[in-house]
Amino acid sequence: MLNKETVLKVAKLARLNISEQEAEEYQTQLAKVLENFQKLTQVNTDGIEPLVTPSPIDFYMRADEVSQTVTVEEIIKCAPDAKGNLYKVPPVV
Amino acid sequence: MAYSDYEAVIGLEIHAQLFTKSKIFSTASTEFGEGDNTQVTPVCAGMPGTLPVLNKGAVELAVKTGLALHCEINKKSVFSRKQYFYPDLPKGYQISQYDLPICSNGYVEFYLDGKLRKVNLERAHMEEDAGKSTHHGDYTLVNLNRAGVPLLEIVSGPEMRSPEEAAEYSRAVRQILRYIGVCDGNLEEGSMRCDCNVSVRKKGVEKLGTKVELKNINSFKFIEKAIEYEIQRQIDTIEGGEKIVQETRLYDSTKNKTFSMRSKEEAQDYRYFPDPDLLPITLDAAWIESIKKSLPELPLAKSQRFQNDYGLAELDANVLTQEKEMSDYYEEVAKNSGNPKIAANWMMAELMRELKDNKVEVQNSPVTATALAELIQLIDKGTISGKMAKQVFAEMWTTKDKPSNLIKKLGLEQITDESAIAKIVDDVIALNAEQVVQYRSGKEKVFGFFVGQVMKLSKGQANPDSVNKLLMEKLKE
Amino acid sequence: MDLGKASLRDISSAVKGKAISAKEVTNFFQQRIEKLNKKFNAFVTLNESAQKEAEAVDLKIQKGQDPGFLAGVPVGIKDLFCTKGLRTTAASKILANFVPPYTATCVQRLQDQGAIVLGKTNMDEFAMGSSNETSNFGTCHNPWNTDYVAGGSSGGSAAAVAAGLVPATLGSDTGGSIRQPAAFCGLAGVKPTYGRISRYGMIAFASSLDQAGPMARTVDDCAFLLDAMCGHDEKDSTTSARPWEKLAAQKNLKSYKFKVGLPKEYFEHNIEESVKKAFWDTIENLKKQGVEFVDIQLPHTPYAVPVYYMVATSEASSNLSRYDGIRYGLRAEPPAKDWASLDELYSVTRAQGFGDEVKRRIILGTFALSTGYYDAYYSKASKVRRLIQNDFIEAFKTCDLIMGPVTTSPAFKTSSRINDPIQMYLNDIFTTSINLAGLPAMTVPVGLNAQGLPVGVQIMAPHFAEATMLSLAQGIEDVSDMKGKVPHGV
Repeated sequence: MLNKETVLKVAKLARLNISEQEAEEYQTQLAKVLENFQKLTQVNTDGIEPLVTPSPIDFYMRADEVSQTVTVEEIIKCAPDAKGNLYKVPPVV
Repeated sequence: MAYSDYEAVIGLEIHAQLFTKSKIFSTASTEFGEGDNTQVTPVCAGMPGTLPVLNKGAVELAVKTGLALHCEINKKSVFSRKQYFYPDLPKGYQISQYDLPICSNGYVEFYLDGKLRKVNLERAHMEEDAGKSTHHGDYTLVNLNRAGVPLLEIVSGPEMRSPEEAAEYSRAVRQILRYIGVCDGNLEEGSMRCDCNVSVRKKGVEKLGTKVELKNINSFKFIEKAIEYEIQRQIDTIEGGEKIVQETRLYDSTKNKTFSMRSKEEAQDYRYFPDPDLLPITLDAAWIESIKKSLPELPLAKSQRFQNDYGLAELDANVLTQEKEMSDYYEEVAKNSGNPKIAANWMMAELMRELKDNKVEVQNSPVTATALAELIQLIDKGTISGKMAKQVFAEMWTTKDKPSNLIKKLGLEQITDESAIAKIVDDVIALNAEQVVQYRSGKEKVFGFFVGQVMKLSKGQANPDSVNKLLMEKLKE
Repeated sequence: MDLGKASLRDISSAVKGKAISAKEVTNFFQQRIEKLNKKFNAFVTLNESAQKEAEAVDLKIQKGQDPGFLAGVPVGIKDLFCTKGLRTTAASKILANFVPPYTATCVQRLQDQGAIVLGKTNMDEFAMGSSNETSNFGTCHNPWNTDYVAGGSSGGSAAAVAAGLVPATLGSDTGGSIRQPAAFCGLAGVKPTYGRISRYGMIAFASSLDQAGPMARTVDDCAFLLDAMCGHDEKDSTTSARPWEKLAAQKNLKSYKFKVGLPKEYFEHNIEESVKKAFWDTIENLKKQGVEFVDIQLPHTPYAVPVYYMVATSEASSNLSRYDGIRYGLRAEPPAKDWASLDELYSVTRAQGFGDEVKRRIILGTFALSTGYYDAYYSKASKVRRLIQNDFIEAFKTCDLIMGPVTTSPAFKTSSRINDPIQMYLNDIFTTSINLAGLPAMTVPVGLNAQGLPVGVQIMAPHFAEATMLSLAQGIEDVSDMKGKVPHGV
């Protein structure tokens, strides 16, 4: 189910550069986690709604109003690389 | 190639910007064309710990659009995360709607070759726009001003069969969006984007062919051309014994070709799941109802009404309801002038020509609806002739003055006083004895000459009916 | 006043009454940090402007302006909360140089009431861990015995208070990250109802589980901080609109008139003797005071840990996608002269920036959400999650509160479990259900075991019933052996 190839494929999907050895290690550990998860198959969940937000909170929307509390300089200062006020990245091809 | 043995199946995904002041999940402005990254809050930049908070204005416009497209508005809908890595996607996921969209079903009606067509919609869902990357060879620059601008993606069924139909459908959607004021539908500036799903199959075959998604189409004309090209390409491919690959292709308008976007090693896995930062959208019926009440009359219904109430021809009614502002202008002229048919003629001839030549929107026309109505009334009352009125209209366009003022100023008022006209007629007869003889000897064609002379002497202001009548009388003597 | 032992209410009263200045209070604790922090590794970044901020509070008082009800109260903030102008790293290499241009709402609310942030506290990387051993800053040590872990993920917040470096701290709890370190370090720690405290500016681990909360020596200190932090925030639409009734106004939190449920499933586990004894002694004590106990059932308890790990890692895999080396944080150096592709930049940056445990969880979560596995894992887990919540809803029909242990054992030795993730995960057996169900829960310290390590008990309450929970907690605290005890040498 979760073999080394799957781990490598998933790591690629998650943009994590991992070695073969790491993949093996994760595979062993995560296989155990998934094995532990298998006991859930005993639970009948037919007709049960998935639960996401776990407390009764009312749906809230904000009014359509503009407010800008941070300057572009403050935002761009955090970037590892920039040109002017734009983020700079290697070419996207 | 046996083009005619095949049938195209086309479905459209139209992304329409919802014209709010602030972004869908952040308080940054949506204003177009401001300085680089100046409309970016920590939320827009996907900074650690920041959270999306839904803009009520965006939901209202989504509901409004859904209603105008005859959709069911879902009382509960859910935002999901669509996950992929791209530099202009700050969080590593786009907040979109997946299995529970805000609008379901619905349809759009429009005329194609004089026949009413109805295209069914599958859904319309809300999502945030990405930022913009610009490529500079060695590097790429990212601007997040657009990241988080609210969009509504309107998904049609695979119901269209020709490029013309697809283009006409998208024009109809654009017209509705503009009518209800949620989007200006500008394909070039990207406030409206159109992705086309195209496949072909042999006629009579039930099963759909492999579909290809066309992107990067920025005009209605190109929608038609891109689809046309793609249909031909697919038929050629199949006839050449090859298979269609499911892929995304970009349209290059300068070459009029579509080409494969990237040779992707494997299909994307977006790993959609409900966004735990946002509660499901829950709408109450009363709010939906109040939005419904705020909807203006839509183009097709308005055209029908113009035909019924104002006795307009279908074609004229359709032209006058193309844009909401134009139809509003027309109604005002029609009502105030009391002559809806002449009002339509004047608008379609004089007004629209001037608007087009001067690139002016009807709502900014220097000739207001009230002024045009007054002009029509003056014609109907006989104060000026139709021919004179055209001159007056030209003056109105440049001076923005009222027609009654201009007529006085220019001395264009029609002479209706018959004794005054009779005097001119007498003068003309006296001066042209030779022609009088000709006329009286049976050469009736000369009558036109007399009319011309009278009009010339009266500077065109003599009432033509009176001129005719008096000339007849006096020439017989 | 012995500042090292004073309550938060006493400190703020003294500051407001000009018996002591906010600056002096700040000085006192800054000196303790300077002297003792290296021994415990509790603080990872100090706030250089703390003195100035304290002076501003003092100035307000001098001018007769309201300095807020937390005037001069020093606090430590888990390094998970963004603080404007003060480095915030989530104890990860990937954010090692990140200085946010904004402040988390809950921190802002503390500051608005006059609290002084002394610095940022150690934690497991991205709050993923139960021992503070996954931190990029190194392990944090338990002040009661430095060979033992302080717990996690809010280990630094717990150790800082236990060592008397600061009277109170802010922690976060995704699966027990406040309650477990509080128990390990002999503190009170509250995980409020999901939605009570804004998550804005708190670096997300698992969005539907994360909740901020206070950690302090006493129940009342926690209550005092909750008064400042709870309530709706327009920057977080998952906060509840319910008004928070100020606990500070209640003269006496203590009450014994409760019916408390004891979940039989919790005692079917292998619980260490000293934890068991401390728990049942507490129950006996409370019975004598008139608390009524009933047996209850939480039948889906055995599924809580696997459900928790599936939900938490799925959400985390998504929440951590934003760390891509483009807008902030680490960008790795290219292995060759230039990056071969953008994907290479992402993959190398993320591989270098994230630690082992974080990578493990990202991979698990990405797998659980991927095509073909979603239904079997994420979706299944979310459904069983509802059943776990339903258990509690049912149980609260027959009792006001629920009590149980916090952990199966007191603090464990450093390095003893870190190489066995499964063992580490099972450690969370008594705490994760609460986060899955969105309920409030807290740790109350009840005593020290034979090795001198603290033991606590856990109280769990219905949604939004923090006041009830805190009043039983006060009752427990009043008869606890823990009162007034401090670790040796601090």
